[in-house]
Amino acid sequence: MNFGLLINEGPYNHQAADTAYQFARAALAKGHRIQRVFFYNDGVNNATRLTEPPQDDRHIVNRWSKLAVENSVDLVVCVAAGLRRGLVEDNLAPGFRISGLGQLVESGIRADRFVVFGD
Amino acid sequence: MTQTSDRIGEDEDAPGVVKKFMFVNRKAPYGTIYALEGLEVVLISAAFDQDVSLAFLDDGVYQLVKGQQTKGLEVKNFSPTYRALEGYDVEKLYVEREALEARGIREDQLLVPVQVVSAAEMAELMEQQDLIVGF
Amino acid sequence: MLHIVNKSPYERNSLTSCLAHAGKGGALILIEDAVYAATRGNVAESAIRRALGDLPVYALGPDLEARGMQGSVIDGVKVVDFGGFVELVAEHRTNQSWL
Repeated sequence: MNFGLLINEGPYNHQAADTAYQFARAALAKGHRIQRVFFYNDGVNNATRLTEPPQDDRHIVNRWSKLAVENSVDLVVCVAAGLRRGLVEDNLAPGFRISGLGQLVESGIRADRFVVFGD
Repeated sequence: MTQTSDRIGEDEDAPGVVKKFMFVNRKAPYGTIYALEGLEVVLISAAFDQDVSLAFLDDGVYQLVKGQQTKGLEVKNFSPTYRALEGYDVEKLYVEREALEARGIREDQLLVPVQVVSAAEMAELMEQQDLIVGF
Repeated sequence: MLHIVNKSPYERNSLTSCLAHAGKGGALILIEDAVYAATRGNVAESAIRRALGDLPVYALGPDLEARGMQGSVIDGVKVVDFGGFVELVAEHRTNQSWL
């Protein structure tokens, strides 16, 4: 089954990004496909390569990048929400791409299941 | 609000499927950005020719109250956008009666024509959707 | 429809609002801070017990465990892991996050 995910909260401040990541990993482990993860609202902050958490904490951004590379998951950051928060190509982590809100709607149309993670 | 970049890929990506999208608004405006950024998604989904409806319940009904003046806060007053929805063929705006009553708001205080429905009717509308997106 | 709630019943009205709209044939999963609603003696216990008459209620195990609440789950609430959460989403045609 094809899953589309929407993440509306940034990393660390709220659990949404962690929940979404664990959900994505569990879905992949069960043989499902993650068609796209769309980052909106403060969720765009999941995509900044400037993130440097303490060594004993999970690296939420690198975790997404790894998931994208290993499972060819399409990680899309909303351009307008990103610009609003200073997230641009220059500080975008590997595996993410910046595109329009249309990619969110298209994910909703194409995915068999669409799940929203937020506050 | 629509940006050119939002439309990139629409031609090749739009699969010609029409789904019933319901955007559920349960948060008040201005205290957080969810109402404003949610509205931006609504406009884009309409551009994809989807069957779009908006539901307002709980504090979401505050989004539609007339007379919003944001000059003192120096933030954008996005309430006129609700009036523009009709131009995007977004005409299904459902407001929950229980939410209005619990907040002392009358239908004539709302800035757009809406359909006032009971919680039970709202639940039925939700069941009919293909996709429910809450912000 | 699968209803997903992530708020403590003490913090917001998400669970109350969700239960006012959740019908028979649906299911409810409590995740993140909403797992407190799945524990004995909490303010939402009677609402959860009533809901159990209409629809299955699940709580996300890793969230219960992280909060030290794994031993206090209300009888009848089923504990699932992330894989179980995924399957619940897959089994239901639609889902709604009550954010």
